[in-house]
Amino acid sequence: MSNVPEDLKYTKDHEWVRDNGDGNVTVGITDHAQELLGDLVFVELPEVGAALETGGEAGVVESVKAASDVYSPLNGEVTEVNEALGDAPETINSDPYDGGWIFKMSLADAGQLGELMDAAAYGALLESEG
Amino acid sequence: MPFTPHTEAEVTEMLGAIGVAGIDDLFREIPEGLRCGGLEGIPAGLSEMEISRLMQKRALADSRAVSFIGAGAYDHHVPAAVWQIATRGEYYSAYTPYQAEASQGTLQLLYEYQSMMTQLTAMDASNASLYDGASALAEAVLMAVRANRKSKSKRVLLPRSLNPVYRKVAHSIVRNQGIELVELPFDEQGGHTDPALLEQYAGEDFAALVIAQPNFFGVLEEVDALVDWAHANKVLAIAVVNPLALALLSPPGEWGADGADICCGEGQPLGAPLSSGGPYFGFLCSKQAYVRQMPGRIIGKTVDLDGKVGYALTLQAREQHIRRSKATSNICTNQGLLVTAATIHMALLGFEGLQRTAAACHANTSNLVEELSTIEGVQPLFDRPVFHERVMRLPASAADILGSLAEQDVLGGFDLADDYPELGDALLVCATELRTGEDIQTYKNELDRVVATRI
Repeated sequence: MSNVPEDLKYTKDHEWVRDNGDGNVTVGITDHAQELLGDLVFVELPEVGAALETGGEAGVVESVKAASDVYSPLNGEVTEVNEALGDAPETINSDPYDGGWIFKMSLADAGQLGELMDAAAYGALLESEG
Repeated sequence: MPFTPHTEAEVTEMLGAIGVAGIDDLFREIPEGLRCGGLEGIPAGLSEMEISRLMQKRALADSRAVSFIGAGAYDHHVPAAVWQIATRGEYYSAYTPYQAEASQGTLQLLYEYQSMMTQLTAMDASNASLYDGASALAEAVLMAVRANRKSKSKRVLLPRSLNPVYRKVAHSIVRNQGIELVELPFDEQGGHTDPALLEQYAGEDFAALVIAQPNFFGVLEEVDALVDWAHANKVLAIAVVNPLALALLSPPGEWGADGADICCGEGQPLGAPLSSGGPYFGFLCSKQAYVRQMPGRIIGKTVDLDGKVGYALTLQAREQHIRRSKATSNICTNQGLLVTAATIHMALLGFEGLQRTAAACHANTSNLVEELSTIEGVQPLFDRPVFHERVMRLPASAADILGSLAEQDVLGGFDLADDYPELGDALLVCATELRTGEDIQTYKNELDRVVATRI
C-alpha cells in the first residue's frame, strides 16, 4: 500500500495538493502515481505565470515506459516551479511529497480546496482501483 | 484486380462465421457519400514485358539530356560503391526495422548518420531522418510552435525566397493546426531577406522565423543578423539548408550569437540520384533544449549488461506508440535506405570531399553564368553572393526558350514564371560538378542560337 499523508488533499488523477495557508498551494504527483510510472527520466514543468484551469494540462512526467500529463488540481496561476527536477527527475520517485514537488500556484478561489479529496477518500479510491 | 490471398470459398466461410452476407456489408458504417467508389482513369494492367518496354522508353527520354536544373534537387556524382553497399541484403530496408534493437548494424549506421549531421550543421542532436526537405520544414514549424513557450501566437515568418514547394507543403501540413505562415518579401536588388525589413515585426508575437541558406534563388542570406533578430524578439530560428553548402558556409549552429534553434533540409545532395523526383530524405537537427519536441526516431548509444556498446531507440516517449494523440508527430518512421546511402556517401567523400564537390559546383555555376551573360539580353538578376545556383534574366519567355533547348537535349534550368511572376522572364540555373566545360559551351551555343531567333 502506497503512502498517503494525512495532511494533504488529492485528485482522482493522482495529484496531491498542500495548502500553504496563504492562498498558495504546492502540487505534486502521489506515491501511487510514481509507483505506476516507474523510474522517471524527465519532467516538463509549467511556465511561471501560466494561468491554469482545474483539470487542464500543467506539465508532463515521463518515465522509461510511459509519459503522462500532470493536471492542474485547481484554478489559479503558477507562482514557482521545481527547477531541481530538471537535473534530478528521480526525486519524484524517492521523495514524491517533499523534494519531488512539481509546481506552486496561487488560487483563484481558496474555497475550491474543499472540493478535493482528503487522505481517507483518496485511500478509498486506491482501494477501489485495486 | 488487387492481390487477395483468400479463395472465394474461404471468404464465404469467414463471412458465414460472423453472419455477414458480403464484404461490402463490413463497410456499411461508412456513409455512401464518403466512399471513394471505384478507381477511375486507371488503365488496364500491363504484362511484365509490356511494362519493361514502356519504362525503358521513358528512361531513355531522360538519359540523353544534360541538366542545368537545380531548384532543390541536384545532379551530383554518386560513387558506385554507395549504392553497391546500401543495397546489400543486410541494409536493404526502407525503415528502421520492427524490433529495432535486434538490428544493431542498422541502428549503428543511423547513429553514425546522426553524428555526421550534427557535425555538418553544428547542432546538438539529429533525428534518424524524415520523408523529404519540404515535410521536414513542416515538422520544424510544428516543433517550433510547441517548443517556443514564450509565444502564444502560432504565427511563423516564412520568406518568399524559400523554395515554393516547401512553402506549399508546409502550408498544407500546418494550416489545419491553426498555424499561420506570414510571408516575408525578398529584396528586389539582392534577392535576399533584408534584416531591416524585419523591424516592422519587432515586438509582435511570432513562434519562429524560417531562414533559408542558400535561398531558392541560390542567394546567401544574412544569417547572423536574422538569427540575432529572432532571438532578440523571443522568436525561434529555423534554418533550411542545403547540406552540401555547409561544407563551405558557416553551419546553422554557429549563426549569430546563439546559433539557429532548429535546422532542417533536403538530404538528396548526399548520395541520392535524381530518379525523376525521389525518393529523397529530409533531415532535422535541434539544440539540446528542444530535443524532446523533435519528431521522428532518434538512435542512442548505450551499453548492455556486460558493458558492451549497443544502440537503442531513444526518447521514445515522444512517439505515437507511447504518447498517442499527444505525440510530437505522427511521423514515427524515417527514410532508412536513403539515409544508409547518405551515410556511406559522406563516409566515402569525407568532409574534404564534400568541400571539393561544393567548390566545384560553385565554380561551374560561376563559369556558366559568365558564359551565358555574354549573350545579348541574358544577365544575372540579383547582386548578392550565391551558392552554386543563380537567377538569369532572359530576353524572351523562359518556357519558350526551355522548350527549344530541350529539343537539343539541354535542360536549361527552372522557369520561375509560375512561382515568381514579378521577376518577368527569369530562369534559375545550376551547373554541378558533373557539368563539363564542354557541356557549358553547348548550353551557351544553343541558348545563343535560340535567343537570336526570338529578338
